Amino acid sequence: MTAKAKWLVIIIVAVVALGATAGVAAFAWSQYQSRQNAPSSAEIAASADWTTSNRIVFRNTAPGQGYGHVAGVPIDDPGAARSLLDIACDRVAATPDSFSCLRTERGITPSYDARLYDSAGNQQLEWPLPGVPSRTRFSPDGSLVATTSFVTGHAYASIGFSTETEIHHVSDGTSLGSLEEWKLIIDGTPSAPVDRNYWGVTFIDDSSFYATVGMTTVGQTYLVKGDIQSRTMTSVLETVECPSLSPDGTRIAFKRVTSGSGPTVHWTPAIYDIASGEVTVLDIEKRNIDDQIAWLDDDTLLYGVPNDTPGDSDVWALSADGADPAQIFIEHAWSPTAVRG
Amino acid sequence: MYISFSNKPKQADADGTPRPRGRRTVSSTVVAFGVVSMLTDISSESITAILPLYITGFLGMSTIAFGFLDGLYQGISAVVRVAGGYTSDRIGRPKWVAFTGYAIAAIARVGLLFASGFGALTAVISADRIGKGIRTAPRDAVITASSRPENLGASFGVHRTLDNIGAAVGPLLAFFILLLIPDGYGTVFVASLGFAVIGVTVLGLFVPNVRTRSDAPADDGPDATPSPRPRFQWSVVLSGPMRRVLAAAGLLGLLTIGDGFIYLVLQARSDFAAQWFPLMYVGTNIAFLALAIPLGRLSDRVGRARVFVYGHAGLLAAYLVAALPIADIAATLLCLVLLGAFYAATDGVLAALAAQLTTPETHGTGIAAAQTVVALSRFLSAAGFGILWYVLGRETSILVVAGLLLIAIPVVAVLLRPYMAATGGDSGQSLETTTGEEETR
Repeated sequence: MTAKAKWLVIIIVAVVALGATAGVAAFAWSQYQSRQNAPSSAEIAASADWTTSNRIVFRNTAPGQGYGHVAGVPIDDPGAARSLLDIACDRVAATPDSFSCLRTERGITPSYDARLYDSAGNQQLEWPLPGVPSRTRFSPDGSLVATTSFVTGHAYASIGFSTETEIHHVSDGTSLGSLEEWKLIIDGTPSAPVDRNYWGVTFIDDSSFYATVGMTTVGQTYLVKGDIQSRTMTSVLETVECPSLSPDGTRIAFKRVTSGSGPTVHWTPAIYDIASGEVTVLDIEKRNIDDQIAWLDDDTLLYGVPNDTPGDSDVWALSADGADPAQIFIEHAWSPTAVRG
Repeated sequence: MYISFSNKPKQADADGTPRPRGRRTVSSTVVAFGVVSMLTDISSESITAILPLYITGFLGMSTIAFGFLDGLYQGISAVVRVAGGYTSDRIGRPKWVAFTGYAIAAIARVGLLFASGFGALTAVISADRIGKGIRTAPRDAVITASSRPENLGASFGVHRTLDNIGAAVGPLLAFFILLLIPDGYGTVFVASLGFAVIGVTVLGLFVPNVRTRSDAPADDGPDATPSPRPRFQWSVVLSGPMRRVLAAAGLLGLLTIGDGFIYLVLQARSDFAAQWFPLMYVGTNIAFLALAIPLGRLSDRVGRARVFVYGHAGLLAAYLVAALPIADIAATLLCLVLLGAFYAATDGVLAALAAQLTTPETHGTGIAAAQTVVALSRFLSAAGFGILWYVLGRETSILVVAGLLLIAIPVVAVLLRPYMAATGGDSGQSLETTTGEEETR
């Protein structure tokens, strides 16, 4: 092949490859624009005032305008038109007075932050997160907020994920530090596996909480009970992820690995009865549930499940005794919190 | 010097024009291969960069369990790397072994277009790692075979610079696409495939099929007879000077705790660092690419072993800056520059050193062995440091490692003393001639 022919080939290959990319990009861009500008596929309430009633606060994932925005519906009529705030979040949690919003700031290089708003949507506090948002929860009295993010960029070209979980004071945003710096006691012995990661905090009160500690290399996870005063966490139970304490404080809903590992992992919702120590796997739910469960009330669990549209999901309700199959609770929704106040 | 440098084509001597020493040129093959690596890195880094967002934000999954696969990949990659180097030495055609590695990665991306889910993504990344393992050593063997011994360091510097430009451009390209099209992950995958295909094509067309076995037939003719006795000898790789280099690289590797920990120390202390955490490795990359050529040239002049060993002073300084209680922007940036300088002084330079101390028939295996020792010892180091981190605390444990490194650097300098000043370019007058037509600025 002559030099000229080689250059011709490479130019053709480059034009085809980059041209195809540009074509796909143009098509995807126009698709995205038309989706964004389309009216929301969910019914939107005329008023964004949601503060008047007990409500479910969630992230609206209905394609169209208002995608990703914080939304609310009345607790006793979850199918009603949703009130939208003009605030986009990846994860949201709420109390009667405020809500926390973990978000990805798009840009030529993305950044991530946590923001606290009052219930009317006025921003109160903000701090950076080291990676993609994962979980957020408030303490029952609303004085503490926990955030978990995936820490990326740890190693050059590494795809290994780790997490960072912190608890902040709602009043002034001060941090109690990364949980990885706290003491960890597993089965009565101080322990410090190199690859430990914490995620999925659920508060008992303003001085204690439950969370997951995971050893990512072997895949072992524990439910730990954390004490804020002594900065110590003590293992309670094995193979528990993303705990969520019931409103009456008697049970913990969590996701348990029921088959597979790594990319084929399958999580099923389960209930841990704190007094009896009994674990009930709610295997009436056959799908893979990858969410931190929320409690609607003492008898009902809520969790998000992706639907057929990429980037969209629905919130499902499952009875905590596993008696009835799960039902859609709110369509096009994600990251629900039941707010009664 | 008792290592021959007979890998240059014979016609180089016929050309006969001696060049002034120290002329700053590298072979067009090196530049071509640098472009291949750049395009391939744009391709793979664009996917790596958006992976967390894609999996969590788009697929709606939390993938803690993904981390544990990473150690497995590291192991596979190390084994495959030696196999790739060995194969390229045995058949004497490093280009086509490397080509296989690049092609595997490109083909895997086609799969991503049709099945874009978590499983497909895992498969693509596995294929990418395997491909990377296969291609790295033969690639460096090609660079060696097409460079003059006296500017081997500069050649690797040029290659690593282009390589790292790709690693810096890839994420920016991916995020730019997502900025325009927030759910445009499919577009990123298409772009990734496009760059991979262009890279493989450049490799196929513009990188000559250099022979690393001096008794291999000089062309691709159908009647070319297989050589009777390959002159591959494990002893070249595993004894003599290479054994010392492997020991030195392993010892220093054990004290290289990994950028991740340094970034974490910075992040825990400085708001600036916390905010820019996801970008720290890009900063290190930029310092790396800026310094790879100057430090490669320096290694040609003062000795590769010397630059490799004393390059660890950059790492030592980075440890100190990270551990000292200065929580400002300048400290963070200085730390990234020092890390980049460390990589620039050690990554390509180690390949050049391994090439310098092996025969043309064993370049691939020798380079692969050195890189594997580094990868494995750093992996052990990261694991061990994690324990130290917990027992002693953040700053103290970094200072302990810094202290050990302070002792290890002179020890290794003594260990490698016979080779510290050797540049491979001063062992005979024939080395001052050049390969002629393949020169470029």
